[in-house]
Amino acid sequence: MGKIFKFNQDVDTDQIIASQYLLFPTIDDMKVHAFESLDPVFASNVEPGDYVVASENFGCGSSREQAPSVLKALGVKAVIAKSFARIFYRNAINIGLPVIVCKELHDNVEAGDEMELSLQEGIVHVGDKEYECTKLPEYMQGILDQGGLIASLNRE
Amino acid sequence: MGMTIAEKIIAAAAGVESVKPGDIHTVELDRLMSNDGTTHLTIDMYNNLKKPHIADVNKLVWIVDHNVPCDSVKTAASHKKMRDFAKANGIKFYEGAGVCHQVMMENHVTSGELIFGADSHTCAYGAVGAFGTGVGCTDYLYAMVTGHSWLLVPETLRFNLTGKLNKGVTARDLILTIIGQIGANGANYMAMEFGGEGLKTLNMSDRISICNLCVEAGAKTALMEVDDITIGYLKEHGRKPKHSFKSDDDAKFAKVYDIDLATIKPIVAKPHFVDSVVDAKECVGIHIDEAFLGSCNNGRIEDLRAGAAIIKGKKVHPLVRFLVVPASAAVYKQALDEGIIDTFMEAGAIVMNPNCSVCWGSCQGVIGENEVLISTGTRNFKGRAGHKDSFVYLASSETVTASAIKGEIATADMV
Repeated sequence: MGKIFKFNQDVDTDQIIASQYLLFPTIDDMKVHAFESLDPVFASNVEPGDYVVASENFGCGSSREQAPSVLKALGVKAVIAKSFARIFYRNAINIGLPVIVCKELHDNVEAGDEMELSLQEGIVHVGDKEYECTKLPEYMQGILDQGGLIASLNRE
Repeated sequence: MGMTIAEKIIAAAAGVESVKPGDIHTVELDRLMSNDGTTHLTIDMYNNLKKPHIADVNKLVWIVDHNVPCDSVKTAASHKKMRDFAKANGIKFYEGAGVCHQVMMENHVTSGELIFGADSHTCAYGAVGAFGTGVGCTDYLYAMVTGHSWLLVPETLRFNLTGKLNKGVTARDLILTIIGQIGANGANYMAMEFGGEGLKTLNMSDRISICNLCVEAGAKTALMEVDDITIGYLKEHGRKPKHSFKSDDDAKFAKVYDIDLATIKPIVAKPHFVDSVVDAKECVGIHIDEAFLGSCNNGRIEDLRAGAAIIKGKKVHPLVRFLVVPASAAVYKQALDEGIIDTFMEAGAIVMNPNCSVCWGSCQGVIGENEVLISTGTRNFKGRAGHKDSFVYLASSETVTASAIKGEIATADMV
């Protein structure tokens, strides 16, 4: 089980991690600033296993991979949104952060709700409610299963 | 079945006869651009690989453009890492030459190429009919090591342009209008393709401006038909097309839009979303603290000329900082030769070295709490230009310059 951190539509990658932190040496140096403009206590309150739930077009804007990377480094287990902007979506899968499309979840949950995600089945449980998510295309699930794109380089 | 430009480029890069939307193909990449926004992380990941290796160093172009010159000790360390790695590995490297996409257009990109850039505005390369798409540093590293990557073939939105833009209306007004119409995710995962008689009235600067901003509608790439203007631009820069593709007559588009350029008006995108567009006249009178003329979207010689024509003989409003930032060193030099820099400086503008500047809000020109910027930059997201509680309006070079003179949002016909 993990807590839900809830965001609305068109959350751009500048809000996930602002430009002034991108040239910091490492992701660990940057992660304390995640979502700083929208939720200044996010980085201190989020715990490993928690979830980010959002509406449409999550992660739009810049291609900065630091955006999914800081969320992963903070222990976010998955991002569940109505839809994702494509570069964020691709980056998240490449680094092994599950990104799940679920049309119903956002409108039916509150920040702080406890939820559980069964990644393989694509099912979310919140209280006694169950929500079905869109499964990843097989190719991308394969990248996620092997632990991201770099893991495949080290095996080849 | 016919193919679109995007489909033809992917088919060629995948070495197959034909592709269709939804297919995933392994593609050979022609060029790999990376800038100082993420390259330090790419290098760390590279050094942690079991077998570090660069497939073809000649495909790599690295450009320091985001924080130039360096603004802090932390940034200096990241820049040094990038500079040292480029030198040790023989990677083509630019620093201070300009914003990455302008440098790529001036020196490298050609029609029909498939290019990954570790920057979302890589879609600008569609101006010469190249498939440019933005990627993160993991994708970049994978392509750098293997020379290839995977691509899902996108559907294509086709924009048929007719007519001609009216005086005082720019290509930037056109693309902001389109983004307002289809929305910030209106082209998500898709290619945006432009063609038609109206395209012939748009010069290369206009075309770059249009393609560059397509990612703000979520597009994977933007593509324009190759024509005489494309060939002329490439020739002027010493290059020839790799392929000159047009969509087939029976190509399948997800949707077709017909746009008469004469119907486009000056537009402003209000904070904090690029698709939050209104007629510029609706914003007239809004107080501004800073104005910015520059960026990969609007920092070319044509943009500087447009601004200079408006401000010549006039003064920047005393309470406004007007930042003028040529998109490349070549543009800067041209502006010097034409006396345009003199014009801006006599008016009281702050002319700065070519770089991303306040468009990315981490280096020069950042704005403070509750301050308002009018900008020719790419984005107006919350906090994009500095303080999280500040405001960015996007507009054309003409509108930005007129606003810098008035101290409030104004259109060119008002000064």
